[in-house]
Amino acid sequence: MSEYRKKEPKGVLLDHISKIYQDPKTGKDFFAVNDVTLEMKPGSFVTLLGPSGCGKTTTLRMIAGFESPDRGEIYLGGQPINQLPPNKRDTAMVFQSYALFPHYNVFDNVAYGLKLRKIPRAEIHERVTRILGLVELTGMETRMTNQLSGGQQQRVALARALVVEPGVLLFDEPLSNLDAKLRVQMRTEIRRIQQILGITAVYVTHDQSEAMSISDQIILMRQGVIAQMGTPMEIYYHPNSEFVADFIGECNFLRGVVRDVRGDQVMVEVNGHIVTAAYGKDVMAGDECEIVVRPEAISIAREGLLPCRVELSCFMGSYQNYHVRVGDTLVKIADNCPVNKEIFGEGSEAFISFDKNCAHLL
Amino acid sequence: MARGQGAALDRKKLLADPIMMTTIILMITFLTLFILYPLAILLVDSLYGSNGVSLETFRRIFAMRNFREAIGNTLKVGFVVGILSTLIGLLFAYVEVYVRMHRFVGGLFRLVSMLPVVSPPFVLSLSMIMLFGRSGLITRFLFGIQNNNVYGYWGIVTVQTLTFFPVCYMMLKGLLKNIDPSMEEASRDMGASRWKVFTTVTLPLLLPGLGNAFLVTFIESIADFANPMIIGGSYDTLATTIYLQITGAMDKEGAAAMAVVLLCITLAMFAVQKYYLERKTAATLTGKASRARMLIEDRSVSYPLTVLCSLVALFVIMMYICVPIGALFPAWGYKFTPLTFKWFEQVFTRYRGLQAFRDSFVLSLIASPITALLSMIISYLVVKRKFRAKGFIEAVSILAMAVPGTVLGVGYIRGFANGLFHTGILSGLYGTGLILIIVFVVRSLPTGTRSGISALRQIDRSIEESAYDMGANSLKVFTSVTLPLIKDSFLSGLVTAFVRSITAISAVILLVTPSYLLITVQINEFAEKGGFSIACAFASILILITYGSVLLMNLFIKFFGTSRNMREAARNE
Repeated sequence: MSEYRKKEPKGVLLDHISKIYQDPKTGKDFFAVNDVTLEMKPGSFVTLLGPSGCGKTTTLRMIAGFESPDRGEIYLGGQPINQLPPNKRDTAMVFQSYALFPHYNVFDNVAYGLKLRKIPRAEIHERVTRILGLVELTGMETRMTNQLSGGQQQRVALARALVVEPGVLLFDEPLSNLDAKLRVQMRTEIRRIQQILGITAVYVTHDQSEAMSISDQIILMRQGVIAQMGTPMEIYYHPNSEFVADFIGECNFLRGVVRDVRGDQVMVEVNGHIVTAAYGKDVMAGDECEIVVRPEAISIAREGLLPCRVELSCFMGSYQNYHVRVGDTLVKIADNCPVNKEIFGEGSEAFISFDKNCAHLL
Repeated sequence: MARGQGAALDRKKLLADPIMMTTIILMITFLTLFILYPLAILLVDSLYGSNGVSLETFRRIFAMRNFREAIGNTLKVGFVVGILSTLIGLLFAYVEVYVRMHRFVGGLFRLVSMLPVVSPPFVLSLSMIMLFGRSGLITRFLFGIQNNNVYGYWGIVTVQTLTFFPVCYMMLKGLLKNIDPSMEEASRDMGASRWKVFTTVTLPLLLPGLGNAFLVTFIESIADFANPMIIGGSYDTLATTIYLQITGAMDKEGAAAMAVVLLCITLAMFAVQKYYLERKTAATLTGKASRARMLIEDRSVSYPLTVLCSLVALFVIMMYICVPIGALFPAWGYKFTPLTFKWFEQVFTRYRGLQAFRDSFVLSLIASPITALLSMIISYLVVKRKFRAKGFIEAVSILAMAVPGTVLGVGYIRGFANGLFHTGILSGLYGTGLILIIVFVVRSLPTGTRSGISALRQIDRSIEESAYDMGANSLKVFTSVTLPLIKDSFLSGLVTAFVRSITAISAVILLVTPSYLLITVQINEFAEKGGFSIACAFASILILITYGSVLLMNLFIKFFGTSRNMREAARNE
């Protein structure tokens, strides 16, 4: 607990949640969210990530109470909350469009929730002032919301949600209306504030780098179901499917045949060459498999694991971008800090190699 | 797939919200009792007589020659007025959107679109008779034509066209503005002349909108009571026939059956307009124009068009001006000098004008806030909430738009004169000021609801959701967030309701009792008796009141209304 909060954060449990919608074109029912079960620990930062239409926002809105689940039960701090309307739930949401009240100034926007709770004036003033300090908006109290920049509006929205000390804080793509630089700045800010307050946060985004940088846990969703959940690093280096691997950053897939399994290492034959990969799933010698390697985990040199032919070589500033052909497979390479390295031109022959811990079996 | 739980939970959340539940139940009761029930009783009454269910009454009225003629007359007038109004409206809209105009012409256009709103529906009939009638200023004193007959078919068509074309003009203007100019530029670029662009690009895009404008005017014309009453002479339309059937022939069953026929016609038109054309209009013209349009500066195009429009506009304005001037002449058609205020004096000294103005004013003043609030609540429910009866509420309040005032009036007579279903329950309502107020409310509710719905659609849903999420209940959300954001729309709804109520005639003329004097009913009486000067005096004061309240509203919005920036901030991105 910190000086900003007197309440314990609450955990969220989704117990076999489904939501069914009707397709407006065909009139057929479909699962927007399909049998999702997951637990969010008190004080953790959980991100629901996925392409549009994957059910992440629907899930968030069910936690807030704007949508009702067709199956399953939602628990907040151990209590079932299905029956509660949004205004009776201990949640506060930061909206994509900020949803600031245009007829109130900054102070009144932030104080709105406290006034509803009939908190004495003096305390409202004190809490609003403190929270505005936390989001670095001190001195802006009397501004109208349309006199603020996008980033400042975002901070007001955040302050308004934080000041009521909700059991869980909900974010619905809060940064999607900001420009790229501000987005990076604000996500660091959100993470910093969440850490200071120790609050539970559920965050919806379709931006994988945002999810990576901000979360304790990522829930990757696809077509209403959970594709994978885990820490950012687990999801990045050990994706459990091609979809996950591809959605989280760029990825190379090398086809091969398992030759040998030794402890947590697998020997795979790719184009007649043996490469070593980390053990990803149960395989036996003779199985066909795919190795997943990130572009920045591959190095290119005169000698190495697999021979290749360079098809594209392009200087990108922080790295040299290669597209090389290994057998029939196109492999993308991001060779970092190319300044003192040999640059391979288009059409030249070379070898690629990668660390076995960066290669993961699918 | 079972969606039971989600729906059940939604329902439970609603039931746990007593304010919302009460509001919904009140709305449903009001709409059922004062819109659906009076219409239903008409059908019941005309089908169910002393000898059970039969088509006897319908057979009887269709046997009347004047009724059959009235149907033909009504449709003929409606059709011609619809076409003419749409064409003139299109001309005005096109000139406004496409042609560079002089500021003065722009002012004329604004005046023309404003005048029909603030004046009682029949003033043009008055001035038509005064200018072109037997002793008309223009016909008799300018051209020396004696005994020119303006009464009848052409009189109604002219007056209704001039009254209704501004509606088409405003509708089509909105549509033309939404056409992306780059489409027309593309056509121009490929070698089409301006005329070719108009016929091959603009017109086809506008076609559903034209149909829409035509039907809206058609319905208005069919429902119009006052103009055919004053200038129709022996040429009867359905609205006047129904009125005479009640007041003259004292045949309430027959009138009820006639009202059913009239209602069926307008409902059919309305259904086509609402569910076919409006959707098509929205489908072809979506979004905003990406860039400003290059206005036509070519004088060979702009001059004739502007001059034509200005002449029409000046003519319409002259007709309106004729009303207050007419009230200043000592005796219209006989003695023009010296100008005198004696008619204005007589309004108050001889014709109980003070009471008429007070009654009309007070009743409308009571009705307008009720209307404004009800229409805001209904539009809030329709736009922002989901519940099962929502479809019913939306449908009934929109349906009311297609109900001619005369039909509603007959429905109230049949429905409330002897109490609900002739049982005597609520019979105390009939003949009171309260029922007049209710009629005012019901008559203005559809317009209010429609503008309320479009105002609310512009507010991003998440603004209210965030208030809800912070812990506000539905009443608090409505009063602290929604209402402040739609203040302007609420205010203009208030004034529109007031203006519509104080100028209303078709329904109330059937319901008013001698204990209440309504200005419009008085004017109608004088006009029918030929007392044009006194009618003009009454009408001038009425226009002054309505115009004053519109001005007052604009001032109020300017100083206390929601600022433009704020409204833009509330808009969806």
